[in-house]
Amino acid sequence: MEYFLELLFGGLTRGSTYALIALGYTMVYGIIELINFAHGEIYMIGAFTGLIVAGVLTALGFPAASILAIALVCAVLWAAAYGYTVEKVAYKPLRGAQRLSPLISAIGMSIFLQNYVMLSQTSDFLPFPALTPQFDFMKPFGSIMNSSELVIVVATVTVCIGLTLFIKFTKLGKAMRATAQNRKMAMLVGVNVDMVISATFIIGSSLAAVGGVLIASHVGQINYFIGFIAGIKAFTAAVLGGIGSIPGAMLGALVLGLTEAFATGYVSSDYEDVFAFCLLVLILIFRPAGIMGKEKTQKV
Amino acid sequence: MRTKLHLIVLCLVMAAMLAACSAEEKKADEKADVQTGEVAPAAKLVLGVAGAHSGDLASYGLPSVNAAKLVAAKVNAAGGVNGMTVEVVAQDDQCKPELATNAATKMVSDGVKIVLGHICSGATKAALPIYLESKIVLMSPSATNPPLTQSGEYPNFFRTIAPDDAQAALEVAFAKGLGLTKLAVIHDKGDYGKGFATFCKEFIEAEEGMEVVLFEGVTPGAVDYSAVVQKIKSSGAQGVIFGGYHPEASKIVSGMRKKEITIPFLSDDGVKDDTFIKVAGEYAEGVYATGPMDFSTNPVYQEAVAAHKAEFGTDPGPFFPEAYSAALALLKAVENAGSTDYDKVTEALRTQYVDTAVGSVKFDAKGDAEGVGFAVYQVQSGKYVEIK
Amino acid sequence: MPYKEYIVSNAINETGQQGMGRFFLSAGCDSIAQAVRKSALAAVWFAFLTFPILVIRVNTIENTIVWRWENMAYIAVAIFLGSFVWRWLLARKELKLDKDHEETPSARLLTTIQSHPVLKFAALGVVALLAGLYPQVFDLYQTNIMISCLVYIVLGLGLNIVVGLAGLLDLGYVAFYAVGAYAYALCNMHWDIGFWFMLPIGAALGTILGVILGFPVLRLRGDYLAIVTLGFGEIIRLVLENWGDVTMGPSGISNISRPGFFGMKMTISDSTIYMYYIMIGLLILTIFSVNRLQNSRIGRAWLALREDEIACQAMGIDKVKTKLLAFALGATWAGMAGVVFAAKTTFINPASFTFWESAMILSIVVIGGMGSIRGVIAGAIILILVPEYLREFAEFRMLLFGAIMVLVMVFRPQGLISAKRKVYTYTATNGAGAAHE
Repeated sequence: MEYFLELLFGGLTRGSTYALIALGYTMVYGIIELINFAHGEIYMIGAFTGLIVAGVLTALGFPAASILAIALVCAVLWAAAYGYTVEKVAYKPLRGAQRLSPLISAIGMSIFLQNYVMLSQTSDFLPFPALTPQFDFMKPFGSIMNSSELVIVVATVTVCIGLTLFIKFTKLGKAMRATAQNRKMAMLVGVNVDMVISATFIIGSSLAAVGGVLIASHVGQINYFIGFIAGIKAFTAAVLGGIGSIPGAMLGALVLGLTEAFATGYVSSDYEDVFAFCLLVLILIFRPAGIMGKEKTQKV
Repeated sequence: MRTKLHLIVLCLVMAAMLAACSAEEKKADEKADVQTGEVAPAAKLVLGVAGAHSGDLASYGLPSVNAAKLVAAKVNAAGGVNGMTVEVVAQDDQCKPELATNAATKMVSDGVKIVLGHICSGATKAALPIYLESKIVLMSPSATNPPLTQSGEYPNFFRTIAPDDAQAALEVAFAKGLGLTKLAVIHDKGDYGKGFATFCKEFIEAEEGMEVVLFEGVTPGAVDYSAVVQKIKSSGAQGVIFGGYHPEASKIVSGMRKKEITIPFLSDDGVKDDTFIKVAGEYAEGVYATGPMDFSTNPVYQEAVAAHKAEFGTDPGPFFPEAYSAALALLKAVENAGSTDYDKVTEALRTQYVDTAVGSVKFDAKGDAEGVGFAVYQVQSGKYVEIK
Repeated sequence: MPYKEYIVSNAINETGQQGMGRFFLSAGCDSIAQAVRKSALAAVWFAFLTFPILVIRVNTIENTIVWRWENMAYIAVAIFLGSFVWRWLLARKELKLDKDHEETPSARLLTTIQSHPVLKFAALGVVALLAGLYPQVFDLYQTNIMISCLVYIVLGLGLNIVVGLAGLLDLGYVAFYAVGAYAYALCNMHWDIGFWFMLPIGAALGTILGVILGFPVLRLRGDYLAIVTLGFGEIIRLVLENWGDVTMGPSGISNISRPGFFGMKMTISDSTIYMYYIMIGLLILTIFSVNRLQNSRIGRAWLALREDEIACQAMGIDKVKTKLLAFALGATWAGMAGVVFAAKTTFINPASFTFWESAMILSIVVIGGMGSIRGVIAGAIILILVPEYLREFAEFRMLLFGAIMVLVMVFRPQGLISAKRKVYTYTATNGAGAAHE
């Protein structure tokens, strides 16, 4: 029983990790129908910025609690800036083009950002300080779940609830929903579509940056290549849940994380990815639009 | 058509600006040239360096390029090799076999006679036939797959690192010495890690009273390893042997220690690296790793590390000492042989000892380094200490 | 003339009057002053953007910080100048909006050549001569990378069938490539089966796997199809990696025999040249087959499927058969290319068949021009040969590569050489109207 619980919470943490990144993927896809391959790199840049800021602050002697807060804010700020710039440079000029051109542009951007960070910083693995506080009340549960994992899960839940409320109740959220539904009509009713798309990228990138700092804090090391696998897994999670749907991304990420954890725990760690992808294929065979996706009716 | 031309011009302009960004390294190269004091076109000795210089395994390949550059600078400052200036030419293969063959053919076409590389055993396997046919000497700082030397098929191949089976044998013997009978063997599904782990498994199963309770691979670069850690715990293992590199090792060890699993963690050469201690921090305490016999007091090694810090501003990465030694060995062999003739150079490598960062070495008939022993180290108070 | 053309030609006239310099400096803006302001803003923005990563280097163990302020200066200057070029190129792209569907002068030249039989044969003769003499003129390295390029052209042509013609986004194409390569490697290792025997078998295996993979994805559309095919690609790679008993796992399979020539023993350089000619032969076969497929009934069915699936069904085209044929025929070429790849590198391991390979092949198809054979050839040449020629730039190679991909897509989203649709013109003759191709 304890083993089951341990795997369960491990899967939960993993799912939360994927969720933070998957939300960015799904939001961007919902708005402009683009798989943003560079999103994983934004996550990585968020982690690097967090590390750099934390390093500077530590050297300057700031107290620990403020380092986490400031590093998070800075990571979010810069990742949002990168997301905004990437959109303006690589995707905006391609808005009218055929479907695959922005995809290739995204792949090119992903390669560019990876090598940019590798050349500017280093190709080595860099140690990431444990910025999240250690809670005393978690000590007895140490073998099942520890403080940094708890922080990740709580942060994810908060972010998800916040995002859902934002999309549902604010004006910008309404504009996003409108643009996702039908861009031309949104333009006709007076929505500033350019601004909405930029805002989507900014929000998605911020979430990825939060994920980057928290996960790097938990894992303890970063490297210019971490965005790649995290990106693919998160994208799989987003599609699993129904791409374009925010609750779908959260659910998909959770399902994926739990599947991987249980597959490792009860079968074999070698094949955990195979299980994850087989699950994806199975679900998509029976629900072609993902778990929570809506079948787009095709009109002729 | 014109847009394409402009695109190309734009790219060239960008490239020029980016090249300006690497002004620091260029300046260092010029300094080295000035120091040789050679007058105009002296003969050149090209030292090829092949390995993963980009892509996900670049952190294992780039230190060897740095090592080659440092050795070249040092040798040139002392007058070069038989009056020839040493020039380093790097070819990237991203640890992919097909790119490795491209790099190898480029070396052949450029007339390079001595090559330091490749980094990954797979890439080395793909490239060796090409080097063998063109009689080029290849020395690797990190390709540990045993058949590369032991099959006897590649008399042009040498290495400054011991093969997987020697390491595995030592590891298992040490685990036995610690009194561990139930072992969990984990690997990173890579050529090196899985090879080492498979040997460990064989040796453990051959030992009376020792058994492998878990044999699993983890995906490198994954976000979270808690599931494997839980599995280790529930398997009842008394110790963990890990085959692979330091990033995964550090994640698994921290995961284990955070979940209050205190059993010993033993690993291989890829983990016996200061970066592991830096990255794993407090969780690195007590971790065992096999590695070449202690060379931290070796003056050549200390000089190499100091030179790296001075030149590149960071600590050297994985396989740096081995690459430094390989570069020194290759250049010294050419000096001893008096030419770059293949037979003479290989003869020199096999008969004459060279003082390198890993000790005084020469190579046996099959290409493995002699004078490089193996020892088990443990992290104590933040440093690797050899266990006698 | 239509209003849009009037505006466009006026704009071009104006710029002609103002001079190229003025147009360059104030492209996309109202005046030079505004342009300078925009560039200055862009420079400041990028300096801010790249500040943490380019300027600061921390060492958390020793608590040291290294500040590299000169990088900030480089970026500011580069972006300031670069933004003028960027805006100018974008403005030119806007002005040429109408001309997107017209051909570039080079494409027009190609069309003229292809239309006249004499010119066509002359051009083909020149190309054949160049291709034939290539290995004699160039050294081993160049021949070697040209073989790689040819293999990727075949792969691109295969993927072109799936993505370009049938419009099915396949991100796991590398799975078929891997199957072909491993089939040859394993058969060669266990039973010493030769290259020539395995070549058609590899192709057949690719076809079968294409059909198997095609079945589950029949109902999926667009990006769902993409992710499932990506999943398949990864599943195949992971199985190859983990099923060590059969596939030798990550250590790979080495000592795969090269193609034999009536039992002659060949040196590596001779073998490479031989391999080159084999690839040229296979490439001609592929181009011929793809060309015939494109103009066949099934080819038109694919085009219809790509344009509008529902209308396609309404016209009586069997969607299931068409999709399965697309996957199967596309995968055949990958299986064949896989066998050649294994023979060329004589060593394979699962690391050569990752998602990045699929992404590269897809990029070849899209950057070259979807649906067009010449485009795929151009795309392969650029994407495979350019990184090799960029070896001079060593560390910056991949960075430039990524940048080039983005730039080509931004400034020419339809690809370098877009597909040519056959144009039918009716000319009036005596009596009934006649159709000429």
